[in-house]
Amino acid sequence: MSDWPLLTITTFLPLVGALLILTIRGETEMVARNARNVAMLTSLATLVVSLAIWNEFDPKSADFQLIDQAKWMPGLAINYKMGVDGISLFFVLLSTLLTPICILSAWKAVKVRVKEYMIAFLILETMMIGTFCALDLVLFYVFFEAVLIPMFIIIGVWGGPRRVYAAFKFFLYTLLGSVLLLLALIAMYYDAGTTDIPTLLAHTFPHGMQYWLWFAFFASFAVKVPMWPVHTWLPDAHVEAPTAGSVILAGVLLKMGGYGFVRFSVPMFPIATHDLAPLVYALSVVAIVYTSLVALVQEDMKKLIAYSSVAHMGFVTMGVFTVTTQGMEGALFQMLSHGIVSAALFLCVGVVYDRIHSREITRYGGLVNRMPAYAFVFMVFTLGSVGLPGTSGFVGEFLSLLGAFEANTWVALFATTGVILGAAYMLYLYRRIIFGKLTKEDLKTILDLSPREIAMFAPLVIGVFWMGLYPSSFLNPMHASVAKLIGNYHVALNMAHQLASAAQ
Amino acid sequence: MTSLPSLQPILPELIVAIGAIALLLFGVFQKKDTTRTVSWLAVLLLIVAGIVEHWGTTGRVETFGSQFVVDGFARFTKVLILFASAVCLAMATGWLRKEQAERIEFPVVTLFATLGMMMMVSANNLISLYLSLELQSLSLYVLAAYQRDNAKATEAGLKYFVLGSLASGMLLYGASLVYGFSGTTGFDALAHAFGNGIPVGVTVGMVFVLAGLAFKTSAVPFHMWTPDVYEGAPTPVTALFSVSPKVAALALLIRVMIEPFGALTHQWMQVVVVISGASMILGAFAAIVQTNIKRLMAYSSIGHVGYMLMAVATGTTEGVRGILIYLSIYLFMNLGTWAIIMAMRQRGRLVEKITDLAGLSKTHPGMALALAIFMFSMAGIPPLAGFWAKLYVFMAAIHGGLVILAVIGVLSSVVGAYYYLRIVKIMYFDEPAEQLDKGVGTSLTVVMTVAAIVIAVVTLIPSPLVNRAGAAAATLFGS
Repeated sequence: MSDWPLLTITTFLPLVGALLILTIRGETEMVARNARNVAMLTSLATLVVSLAIWNEFDPKSADFQLIDQAKWMPGLAINYKMGVDGISLFFVLLSTLLTPICILSAWKAVKVRVKEYMIAFLILETMMIGTFCALDLVLFYVFFEAVLIPMFIIIGVWGGPRRVYAAFKFFLYTLLGSVLLLLALIAMYYDAGTTDIPTLLAHTFPHGMQYWLWFAFFASFAVKVPMWPVHTWLPDAHVEAPTAGSVILAGVLLKMGGYGFVRFSVPMFPIATHDLAPLVYALSVVAIVYTSLVALVQEDMKKLIAYSSVAHMGFVTMGVFTVTTQGMEGALFQMLSHGIVSAALFLCVGVVYDRIHSREITRYGGLVNRMPAYAFVFMVFTLGSVGLPGTSGFVGEFLSLLGAFEANTWVALFATTGVILGAAYMLYLYRRIIFGKLTKEDLKTILDLSPREIAMFAPLVIGVFWMGLYPSSFLNPMHASVAKLIGNYHVALNMAHQLASAAQ
Repeated sequence: MTSLPSLQPILPELIVAIGAIALLLFGVFQKKDTTRTVSWLAVLLLIVAGIVEHWGTTGRVETFGSQFVVDGFARFTKVLILFASAVCLAMATGWLRKEQAERIEFPVVTLFATLGMMMMVSANNLISLYLSLELQSLSLYVLAAYQRDNAKATEAGLKYFVLGSLASGMLLYGASLVYGFSGTTGFDALAHAFGNGIPVGVTVGMVFVLAGLAFKTSAVPFHMWTPDVYEGAPTPVTALFSVSPKVAALALLIRVMIEPFGALTHQWMQVVVVISGASMILGAFAAIVQTNIKRLMAYSSIGHVGYMLMAVATGTTEGVRGILIYLSIYLFMNLGTWAIIMAMRQRGRLVEKITDLAGLSKTHPGMALALAIFMFSMAGIPPLAGFWAKLYVFMAAIHGGLVILAVIGVLSSVVGAYYYLRIVKIMYFDEPAEQLDKGVGTSLTVVMTVAAIVIAVVTLIPSPLVNRAGAAAATLFGS
């Protein structure tokens, strides 16, 4: 098994499924059914293969593993190269886990153009996995950007009333950030002579150039994460996207930004990272506090969760730029946890939206009376989002705050208020939807979770508790890679300091 | 008594020229209508010429007292031109039949235009440059006004003629200045003529020549004719305008700037940088408000020329390679898009508003998918081919130190993405109003399908294109 190109198979299997669906012809009803089945089977198969990656992965090694490579661009040192390390491994798994759940969630909810929907989702999965596996900067960029196409279509075709506006805003905002990344990438190619990521990680970029490159990367990833003040596309995109679109957006796409910071910004531009970390802290703290306050006053469930995503991703950016073991691992863990929890919360919204077709918080109330199972599931994820000890949210937030405390006490202080605010808006949301008197007429006949929905939530509930109670399964494989990253970072900084003092 | 010059290098041109004359005679002397035969024979002729062009010669050969040169660069661009003209002609045949406007003059004049373009690419002297350019231009003026009962088409033809003549005049004036100050019109001689200082007159003349060529490539600020001519001319002619003459004019511009004016690189670079930046910006912003898809494509082509000129401005092998890659990919995107525009009919009547595409994804899923691929590709979104086109020109620009221009380029590509996305939005997000006719004809279907497949798979197998373009670009700097 070990000599199979596992990563390539995982990445392109969904694309094969998409091509299969493309060939389906016949009556609308039958096409839809076949498309659903093929998409489901493909994504499950992908999940199985990706579990094999986890199995093959050697947690003791800090190097990239399971490397597949091939010649690609002639005349340039740009190659097809895939590989995972402790940092990217779980993002691949997160993508492969969430896609089948998304497809399941759209089983009934998507009624028109099912075939196209499934194709878009499978293409999206390929691009997501590719982004996390790519070990060549150009390859990374190709996947990173290509994600926009299926997501644009998903928001625009199956979205809500303002879908066109949201789709355009999403696309152009992220494109604007990414094109600067493209220029930086070319500049790096000419400085280092390659776009091979392991080589670039070992390369020292000139002092002055680092700042420009850092800002170019920052422009791209900050929009993707998103950080305050470039987060405004996110609430729009989330509100208008169909449920599964929101799930993938919150669950995986936002992580591409965080992953980019960890993979590129910090290790490749250590001097710029060191000097500009206060800027990131400031933006992160503003994001945490400001968007939490904004979330408190939202009337729309999806918008509230969208703003909470910005706040939670604030912890991530803060943790990453502390460049301490706790901060970095906390940030990675927080991303995984947020990937599951926010995805699940959007699914929870989707469940009631499918029944009542409204996302207004005031439209609901007292659901616990009719939907006990739903109330339980929603509670698990609310608490996960709040960061209750024992759930996944706690570990990530705690570790990143610990890292922040080491780096800067004030940052930690302000960020911690975000935890309190987080509890406030999430519990307030929960109270308004689940508790209270059941007064609305149509809510009196609302049905509890169907077996399909239970199947959809079960893996996520397990994930939340697994990550909360036994985080070592996830932290252990990260240790070696994170330690290497931080070690190299300090070596590079010391060298720069020595050079600077020698020059004086 | 001088010996006959070697004819082997101009064999493809001879094939096209003699073939065009023969087809004209055949068409005129036959009693019955021969348009279809003539059209398909013309297509065949172009393909044969392309094959001869590609395999007929190797290395760099000159003939007619160095008036005419064939090298790797010329072969590459001429194959592109012949291919594009052949495809356009094949698409035009069915379209003109539906419009009841088929006449044998159309394929014949197209052949002459193509002949002019081929000679432009191979021009190695200011005289042959001017002659070939005029042969091309005059044929294109006729083609623009081909539907002579149509007010818009005649207006387009006249406008193109007047402005085109002005540009030719400028070019001729510049050429005469260059000749006056350097005493030669040969490119090889010019390249070595400025060893001890560049006379001011040559610089001024060079700028005039550059302005004339910029007009032919429709770069800002010489772009004014483009939207009107694109809109007014019959769609197959517009399709032709957007590909073959662009390739020819850009190839000519590159050769003139790099070979004879190689010593003036510093001077023309400043001009080209400004033209390039202005084209990219105008192409992006002016297209936003367009409602007619042909006008939109006109502005889009202005923008694309801007990106290519950015690579010209570097004046390096890398830059030229970037342009050749860009041109090849641009060719496929454009031919595919124009095939779809030609297929836009409602109950037999031609339509060309962007909103007429509403809901295309429901009524014509295949066509909508193809157009979406072309639009995303033109916007430069990976993994489609348009991304690689942009990547290679941006790489050349950054390596050449044109960072500011590259930043302008990427930012205007984001603005440009808006209007490409708008077409996708209209096809996919909007509900169909009145649907387009089914049954678009074999040639259009083949062109759009093949182009879409090419654009989608270049990412997987880039080496044939990139290697050839690299080799072709290198020959320009060989001497």
